[in-house]
This record gives sequence, structure tokens and C-alpha cells, in this order.
Amino acid sequence: MSKKIVVPFGPQHPVLPEPIHLDLVLEDETVIDVVPSIGYIHRGLETLVAKREFTEYVYVAERTCGICSFIHGMTYCQGVEQIMDLEIPARAHYLRTIWSEYSRLHSHLLWLGLFADAMGFENLFMNSWRLREFVLDVLEETTGGRVIQGSCKVGGVRRDISDEKLAAMAGDLKSFETELSDLSEVFLHDDSLKSRLVGVGTLSRTDAYDLGAAGPVARGSGVAIDLRKTGYAAYRELRFEPATESAGDCYARCAVRIRELFSSIDLIRQAVETMPEGEIEVKVKGMPDGEYFSRSEQPRGELVHYLKGNGTKHLVRSRIRTPTLTNVPSLVKMLQGCELADVPVIVLSIDPCIGCMER
Amino acid sequence: MHGAVSTMGYFEMAKTAIKTVMSRPATLMYPARPGKMTTLSRGHVVIDVSRCISCGMCMKKCPAEALCVDKEAKTWTIDRLRCVVCNSCIEVCPVHCLTMEGHYSSAVLAHSGLETFTITYVKPERPKKNESGEPAEA
Repeated sequence: MSKKIVVPFGPQHPVLPEPIHLDLVLEDETVIDVVPSIGYIHRGLETLVAKREFTEYVYVAERTCGICSFIHGMTYCQGVEQIMDLEIPARAHYLRTIWSEYSRLHSHLLWLGLFADAMGFENLFMNSWRLREFVLDVLEETTGGRVIQGSCKVGGVRRDISDEKLAAMAGDLKSFETELSDLSEVFLHDDSLKSRLVGVGTLSRTDAYDLGAAGPVARGSGVAIDLRKTGYAAYRELRFEPATESAGDCYARCAVRIRELFSSIDLIRQAVETMPEGEIEVKVKGMPDGEYFSRSEQPRGELVHYLKGNGTKHLVRSRIRTPTLTNVPSLVKMLQGCELADVPVIVLSIDPCIGCMER
Repeated sequence: MHGAVSTMGYFEMAKTAIKTVMSRPATLMYPARPGKMTTLSRGHVVIDVSRCISCGMCMKKCPAEALCVDKEAKTWTIDRLRCVVCNSCIEVCPVHCLTMEGHYSSAVLAHSGLETFTITYVKPERPKKNESGEPAEA
């Protein structure tokens, strides 16, 4: 039996855009155990809820994450609206859905790029990010911000999208979809990619369920949990099925995300077609008094914002649980038994967002 | 090697190569070609000092605590390094003296990032009332 050694991975590592530290216990080249340590970029954003008015905190909530910022803002707003019994206009629900799906597109394309980069496929990385520019341009044209949109508010949305612009957006999706098909061909059928992904970092369905995996990590292992099916925003009126794969390896997680890209395009088209007319916001009267668990589906999985108000203009408690945190136990399970050279790819396959996780 | 590259693979590669050679670069040649900007783009906050009534609403609603309005000294101060360009101050300003410029602000030279503007707004004098309480004719 060979000697066990510990190799530190991170917090600074070429493959990690954000800091997380993993102590890899190795036996030869095989990882036999992993000890994760987190907490490098805790910013105390939840505490700020007591110092900012509940209508202004949405700007802070949005800045929890630099990728799925819109969904953070939306989940916070939904929570406050539920506490205050606010019924927001249908058009606001649809606009929120459209921006959420564009956020998903840009997040998944960002991840595909990083994933390709982790495998050393520079060209594919650049092509993924070139496609992502199209999504960012749409977000900037409609909200004013590329990654921090700032278009969601308690009681609705801040900006409307004209019908002409909506039609143009749906039209532009055609060429985007064609280019995306070419890109997904490479991700799903390229031999060298398959050799790096198939059978690597396998997570069984039972493990995924028991360890509380969320989002594409759970769906890649066959657990068909998608919070959008609970019907928040306009999702109750749109048709879609959660993308699932059964293999539970890195390839399956990549395939789930690629299928979700196409499903997002379809959801945007449906939302544009059935977009109702009318107001985009309601006036907010009174102060939030009560508590609520607001849940939504981020690109990485289930996001929970717990909010508690006491009838004043400041909420007393906010607790954010992000999907990356729930995926860390699954990551430890996936890494056990893998080769050292596969660690970067497996770590990236859960789409870690450390900024979100540590808030 | 994982199998030989098929003929279709060569076609695919040639197609991509020709497309790349014939098309324009995906990146903008900045600054020869200016960066993209939309009418909604958020660059930096600008104040019209001649209209600011020093009400302090922008200061109260700023989520980053980047603004300071001093009524006594008649100054409006912004910390460019704290400002998150969220548009909150512009939405709440009752006299619309704040606007959002699409371009980013130039590099901050002061160590603290503070930029102070002197408010030049002068409150118009109210027409004097005569004894009966009716406003006097101008």
C-alpha cells in the first residue's frame, strides 16, 4: 500500500475563477478523500438587510452574484411581495421570466467556456464566450446592464420592453440557435471532449438525492427537480420539461446544461408570443411584516431567500442559500476515487459560484 | 489518438476555417471603433448643480452610501469608488437634476475617489403677500 499524501487545490488555481480550497488526500494519483474549506470571500451581504430599506435592498441582493444577479433580485422581490400580499401585473411576471431565461443562457454559455478552458480547449472557450456576447448585448439593450441588470423591483419591474423589441429579440434567437447548435455539436460529439468527460466524476442518483444536489448536478444524475415547475413568475403558463440525464458523470452534466440552453430559447419564444399587455408594476404601500421562503431556479440550481420583516422599513433577517453550497457535498463524493488530473474538470462540472455561496 | 479524423471532420474544419478567414474579427478594434453603448447603458452619475434643491433623497436611497449632500456647505459629494451605478438616485430625485451618462467615468485621480460639486441652485423668492393674504402682483 502506498503512502498517502495531501495536495492542496486552490484557493488560487488556474481553473478556479473564484477561491475555494480543497485538500486532496492522494494515494498515488488517485484521490481517496477531499476536505473542502470555504469562506475566503464572505462579504456579509445578509446583514446589510437590516441597514438598507427593503426597497433598496434589491440592489444588494442582485449583487450577491455576478452571473445570476437578476434571479437573485427577482427571488428577493418575490419574497417581499409574498410577505406584503402584493399581486404584481402579468406583464411584469413575463418580463421577469424573459430576463431570467436570458440570464440562464449567459450563465450556461459562460460555464461552457470555462469548462472548455479547464480541459485546455481554448478555441471552444472563445467561441462560447463570443456567443455569450449576443446574450449580454440583449440584456444591456433591454435593462441597461450587461451582468447587473437592476431591472427588478419590489412590486414589478423597472423597465418595459416594447413589442417591436420583443419581436426583434425573438427573431434574433434564430441565428443564435443555429450557432448554438454548432457549438453543442462539439461539446456533445467531439472525441477528445468525450474522453475527458464520459465516466468521470460519476454521482449516482441515490447519492445525488441523499446529498441534496441541486440543479444540473441533480438532473445530470436523473433527479428531475426543477424549481421552475413550481410555477413562479410566468412559468406556470409556459410549457417545458426539466432536462435530465441518467449517467451522472461530467458528460451528463454538460449535456443537461446544453439541453437547458435550447429549452431557455424555447421559453423566451413562448413568453414573447404570449406576452400580455398592461402595467409593469404596482404601487407598494405599507411595510413587510411576516416571513417567507422564496425559492427559484438559478442556472446552478435551487436558490432560497428567507426573509423576515417586522413591520418597519428594514427587514430583520435575510438568509440566502445558494445551489453551490448544496452541491459541495456532492462534489466531495464525485472526487473520491477520481484521478488527480480529472480534479479540475470535476470541480468545474458543478459550476461553482463561490461569490454566491459565501455572500 | 482517438480514431482517425473522418472526411466529414475535414469538411467541417475547412468550413470553419474559411468562415473565420472571410469574416470580420469578433472583437471590436477599440478605440478605433468605439465600444457598444445603448440608450439605457449605465456609465456614471452626473449632477446639474444649478437645479439640485439639496433635499438629500439621493443620499437616503443610495444602497452603497456613496452620496453625501451637505445642506449647510451646499455641496453634493459622490464617492466614485463606492458608487455601484444602480440608478437608484436618479429614480428618486424629485427635480430630475441627476442623470445617467452612458460612458464610464474617467479614472479616479483622488485617493479617496471623492468628487465634490458646489450646488449653485438659488431658491426663487416667493412673491410677498400683502396684508389681506393675497399674493402681491409681480
